[in-house]
Amino acid sequence: MTSATMPLVETSGLVKTYGETVAVGGIDLTIHAGEVYGLLGPNGAGKTTTVLMLLGLSEPDDGEVRVCGLEPTRSPLAVKRQVGYLPDTVGFYEHLTGRQNLRYTAQLNDLDDDEAEGRIEQLLARVGLTEAADRPVGEYSRGMRQRLGLADTLVKDPLVVILDEPMVGIDPEGVIEMQSLIVGLAHDEGRAVLLTSHLLHQVQQTCDRMAIFVDGSIIAEGTAEELALRLGDGGVAYEVVTGSEDDRVDLVVAAALGDGTEARGTGGRRWRVDIAAGDAPRLVPALVDAGIDVLEVKNLGSDLDEIYHRYFSEREEVDA
Amino acid sequence: MSVVESPVLETWTRKRPGWMVVARKEFSDHVLSARFVALLILLGLVGVASVYAAAGALRDVAPQTAGISGMFLRLFTVQGDPVPFSFLTFVGFLAPILGIAFGFDAVNGERAQGTLPRLVAQPIHRDDIINGKFVAGLGVIGLIVVVVMLIVAGLGIVLLGIVPTAAEVARLLVWLAAAIIFIGVWLAFATLCSVWMRRASTAALVALGVWLVVALFGTFVVQVAADVVSPIDPANPQTQIENARTELALSRLSPVVLYEETSTALLNPEVRSVGLVTLAQLDRAIVSDLTVPQSLLLVWPQLVGLIAAMVVIFSIAYVAFMRQEIRA
Repeated sequence: MTSATMPLVETSGLVKTYGETVAVGGIDLTIHAGEVYGLLGPNGAGKTTTVLMLLGLSEPDDGEVRVCGLEPTRSPLAVKRQVGYLPDTVGFYEHLTGRQNLRYTAQLNDLDDDEAEGRIEQLLARVGLTEAADRPVGEYSRGMRQRLGLADTLVKDPLVVILDEPMVGIDPEGVIEMQSLIVGLAHDEGRAVLLTSHLLHQVQQTCDRMAIFVDGSIIAEGTAEELALRLGDGGVAYEVVTGSEDDRVDLVVAAALGDGTEARGTGGRRWRVDIAAGDAPRLVPALVDAGIDVLEVKNLGSDLDEIYHRYFSEREEVDA
Repeated sequence: MSVVESPVLETWTRKRPGWMVVARKEFSDHVLSARFVALLILLGLVGVASVYAAAGALRDVAPQTAGISGMFLRLFTVQGDPVPFSFLTFVGFLAPILGIAFGFDAVNGERAQGTLPRLVAQPIHRDDIINGKFVAGLGVIGLIVVVVMLIVAGLGIVLLGIVPTAAEVARLLVWLAAAIIFIGVWLAFATLCSVWMRRASTAALVALGVWLVVALFGTFVVQVAADVVSPIDPANPQTQIENARTELALSRLSPVVLYEETSTALLNPEVRSVGLVTLAQLDRAIVSDLTVPQSLLLVWPQLVGLIAAMVVIFSIAYVAFMRQEIRA
């Protein structure tokens, strides 16, 4: 499976400026076949600009881009033939039906008509629009448009799929459906998927790797766990449920584990313990030694949330 | 699915050119649109009315016109009661609406619907979009003009009972081409408006406004300008000629004037000059018809001027579109 680890998207030192403003300030990205990669950042961080440069729709001021081994500005057609792109505000021809819209995309991609018909049918079924396929898009709901948009990016059977804010404005059930579709594209079909979002949870649930993108640069990259370790103080949070309401987890933790560990009661027998990742294995033995019955320990995940918010709020302060 | 095994192509060439795909879709959109039907009916009715009136006028004077050549063409150039203009004039005046109708929302419509980012992400060149749209617009305009022309000509044959000669058919075909190019100028202008103006309604208003100014006030503006450039000295008759020449030269900047001169010369075989003619020049001239190539020669500059106007305006729209940011 050498091909599965082949990098399909590579950038190095990618820069784009608009006048005085630096939209993208030298980013390095590598996305392999078979993985979902998340670009996580607030609105206006430069995510869409980056995406446009990957597609060759915007010329980088500096740095290199390779998509499927090609330079998008030099072989724009070959690159765009292999890249499916779902823009952040996806639009369709309202007077045409969903099927007709997809058919147009197929023609623009120079697919054979017969081949295209079968593919379109299959994709419509996959995104659950078979019944609505022959209705004008003007009658579609937001969620249906978004699903049609996903089908539209897949008409060309792309190696690389770029989804710009694909889950904005969809109801929670739709989000789950969309997420499983997106994950399937990479894990089952071996495409490289790049997804941008400003919603941490969605990225965490969907992406294999992610990059936090603030003010035109990537401040951290890796899996969710790696990011937490790198960005935070290496802390992990656990929820501990004890046997009795009189247990003083905070005191025990302070005594046994010392600095860097903090516990606070969250009501009843529940405690939230923030602990350095390295100390985590010692948490339960310490509690047991102190005579506390530990009924349940739940990993609350890293403090990525807090990190993310911290970067965002820092950014807002700078803006203010 | 065997996505990863499919080869990454170093170069990828299309079987069907991108502009053709765009043009095909745009053309079918136009033909199925309400505006196509509305304009076809509108222009058809006005055309039929003008020719019906012209046929009546021609029948009244039929005894005197016996044997005069170019009789069939007069259907298009003569006006009669109760329609106050000939077919030719009405095409000159109303046809720009056609061009504007099929161009004013070409690019900003894609922006408004949010289809532009999706479109440019497909493997076509960016100019395929605007080229395809322009070709489709010209195609649908040609369709309307040809259909109206056929209806009108057929009606003329029935009403007058005369059949056009080969020379007349040739003149009508060249005139058709000139009319389509003239409307193409307006199509190009409307496309330019659709690139520059974000809202389709603004673009339509601007294009229609310019059309009204050129069509209604063009002559006055040109007169004033000519009086400024070469004022008339009442004592010197030569200045009057100079003034008239300047006015003519300036008025030829307008595609409307170019179209009118072209049509007049093409559909009236006896017209032998579209410029300034003095009485002395006409003295003892024998009234005779020009052949088709001679008439063509007469309006060649005007035809080239019309084509140039269309190309220049479209080029501006093209460059403006190519330089625009995709994101709204």
